[in-house]
Amino acid sequence: MFFAAIHIPDFIVQAVVRGEIALRGRAVAIVDGTPPLWSVVAVNRKAARIGIGLGMAKSQAAQFTPVKIRHRSPAQEKAAHEALLDLGWSISPRVEDAAPDTVVADLAGLGALFGSEEKVAHDLAEHGSILGLRARVAVATNIEVAILAARGLPGVMLIAPGEEAKRLSALPVHTLRPSPEILETLARWGVETCGALAALPVIHLSARLGQEGVRLHTLARGAAVRSLVPAKSSIYFHEEMELDDAVEELESLSFLLGRLLDQLCERLTARSLSARAIRLEFDLERSFEKDLQCSAHPGRQKLISRKFEKTFTLPVPVRDSKLLLKLVRLRLQSDPPPAAIIKMALSAEPDRPRTTQRGLFLPASPEPEKLELTMARLVNLVGNTNVGSPQLMDTHRPDAIRMERFRLAQEAAGSHRKKPFGAAAKNISASSKFYSSLSPSSVAKPANGFRFFRPGVPARVELRGGFPERVSFQGLRGEVVAASGPWCTSGDWWQDPWDQAEWDVEVHFSAASQKTKWDSSPGAWCGLYLIYYDARQQGWFLRGTYD
Amino acid sequence: MRSHLATLRSQVELSLAGRMASPFGYRDRKSVETVLTGIPEIDALAGGFPRGALTEIYGPPCSGRTTVLLSALASRTAQAEVCALIDARDSFDPRSAEAAGVELQQLLWVRCRGLEQSLRAADLLIQRGGFGFVALDLSDIAPETVRQVPLNAWFRFRRAVEDTATVLLLLEQESNAKTCASLVLQMKRKPANWSVTAASTANGGGSGISPHALECLPHTCLLDGSNLEAEMRHLRIQSINFPQACNGPVSIAAGRSGHDGDKAQSFASQSIWSLSARHAFGSPGSQT
Repeated sequence: MFFAAIHIPDFIVQAVVRGEIALRGRAVAIVDGTPPLWSVVAVNRKAARIGIGLGMAKSQAAQFTPVKIRHRSPAQEKAAHEALLDLGWSISPRVEDAAPDTVVADLAGLGALFGSEEKVAHDLAEHGSILGLRARVAVATNIEVAILAARGLPGVMLIAPGEEAKRLSALPVHTLRPSPEILETLARWGVETCGALAALPVIHLSARLGQEGVRLHTLARGAAVRSLVPAKSSIYFHEEMELDDAVEELESLSFLLGRLLDQLCERLTARSLSARAIRLEFDLERSFEKDLQCSAHPGRQKLISRKFEKTFTLPVPVRDSKLLLKLVRLRLQSDPPPAAIIKMALSAEPDRPRTTQRGLFLPASPEPEKLELTMARLVNLVGNTNVGSPQLMDTHRPDAIRMERFRLAQEAAGSHRKKPFGAAAKNISASSKFYSSLSPSSVAKPANGFRFFRPGVPARVELRGGFPERVSFQGLRGEVVAASGPWCTSGDWWQDPWDQAEWDVEVHFSAASQKTKWDSSPGAWCGLYLIYYDARQQGWFLRGTYD
Repeated sequence: MRSHLATLRSQVELSLAGRMASPFGYRDRKSVETVLTGIPEIDALAGGFPRGALTEIYGPPCSGRTTVLLSALASRTAQAEVCALIDARDSFDPRSAEAAGVELQQLLWVRCRGLEQSLRAADLLIQRGGFGFVALDLSDIAPETVRQVPLNAWFRFRRAVEDTATVLLLLEQESNAKTCASLVLQMKRKPANWSVTAASTANGGGSGISPHALECLPHTCLLDGSNLEAEMRHLRIQSINFPQACNGPVSIAAGRSGHDGDKAQSFASQSIWSLSARHAFGSPGSQT
């Protein structure tokens, strides 16, 4: 049974570099502390090589020109740790969370899926780099040996059974992570490597260093045996970024959002998942002027919010970061944050990826992902309430409709259409037969179309004996040649009532009538209109025209 | 000069080899697949609406353009196709559409505020592809405004739907797409049909009922539908599945609108109150 230990060297630095690709390959120092007493808490190898040491003041570190100094970010460290766990879970369901920078995966039974242990180790290192983490991977039959080898040996390492002590012997003794006191003692003794520690007699070591000494001795010999402690599988996908300078422009913001989305999607891909919804959280910069304006109006106190939150629900699970970025950008264009952003966080609600394939003989329909993008663009163009699928409401109120999110039928139902291809083909066949015989009388009439005027067009109606006799609207005046009504409706007396009487009228306009913007036809003509008297507004209006 | 042109042409063709079959070839297809409009008379006249082409329907208000649109939408949604309607003046009526048989869940309705928004929305929908039926309804836009749309806009639409299965329908008051449209239908007004009761007929009612004659007889008259006339002005294609069956203008009788369902019920029972929500309406007199 083999175990693969995955270790991220210079974890604190890598957690920051993961979110800022431009820092890769450069000397980076991470500072932390209470301002202005910032001191260096982590450096990468290049920074150490040019002389930057831990504990150095920020101002001192800044003297080294090629170094990039960044502040420590617990949020980014947490996200990097989650990504490391995702890397482990990408190959094995049994993963131990050994340390913030180290995880161990059980490779038992994975040979048939992923190949040899060596191949798995190389794959893990490669996937780690995709996730933005430069990982060291060591595979051994002993968990502790794998962890120590990953911490101390560069690259990918496979330790065969029986070779543990030999491979560990060259590792520096601080790889065992003893307490500072014991490390100092060992240094005084001249014990610098695990091999030197393993060579010491365990009885004497126990007498001088206690049980901790025995434990270190066992570790150094590669003889420590324990069981894997599997971590609880998490589906928490969250990425954060704190900004040194507040960002207000959407262009700059989208650049940073793209980076976070890339990280999020890589993690989802590692877990073979997709995002069903994306949650966006911005911490906004305090603006003195705006706060002052708001505080001047007591009623607007609630408007002072330092958080800007948005949730984008996707019709189908998506893990394409470019597509997600376009969607987020379009939504932010239509509803931008009210102030500059100082911190951003993205979290994904995971879901299984879309795997169904549409039927070969079903009518073509837009790709759900592309459709979502098109919808977002349309929303940006005409507004959120003006795009969608109309749904009738259960009321007699005229024009009582609501717009619902447009969803492809197969997405909404999760199955195929009500009418399969067979039904369609049958209809076509029937129609073809119909054309050969051409018997229109046997076919139902098409329903008369109606065009709505939103809002209703004010009209002047002259009545005679209670019936419309003349109608004039928008500079057009005509004689009513036929009328049907009144068709009275009212309702909702308890809230927003309406009370109307409709008339269907056929109006004859003479050639001399002034032309409206709706019509340019010459000569006399007749129009079919639906007019109504609104008892609440005490006036006549045109509801629409039959067309 | 000619040899230079021939050389240039061959060079362009060579550089586009593999990407474009014949860059200088005339791409107008003669035979295309068509779909049913839902109105047999129009299908017999034009052979249906062509796929991958622009169809233009124009005519004055009340001439039946919306009737044709709703029938086509009903026909397409019944075939499980995804449809889109770009409504330039927000005048689409979902209630009458549902009564006409349109499955509203399969219809993407884009409510625009003018011509420019409509054209941009149409561009977005057509370029993305995948829709079986896209209708651009400019019926309520003033003809002089639509006239200002450059011809290349229609040409771009036509090219965008070429080689796709999309039916692109354009509704206007005047024909503007010209040769970019593969099929152009003109709709004409005809008098409406009115149903009258025996009582009103005895009083001299009928189509063109005198309001005075109906003074004591409310609901003795009902809009029963309208008559339409469609004429094919231009046809550049030939249907491969529904051949054209007639040439001349055709008359179509349209039934009641979805708005008239309750009215028809009331009318049939000669009762003013078919629904509890309805109530007696006092004569408001002459109002503005």
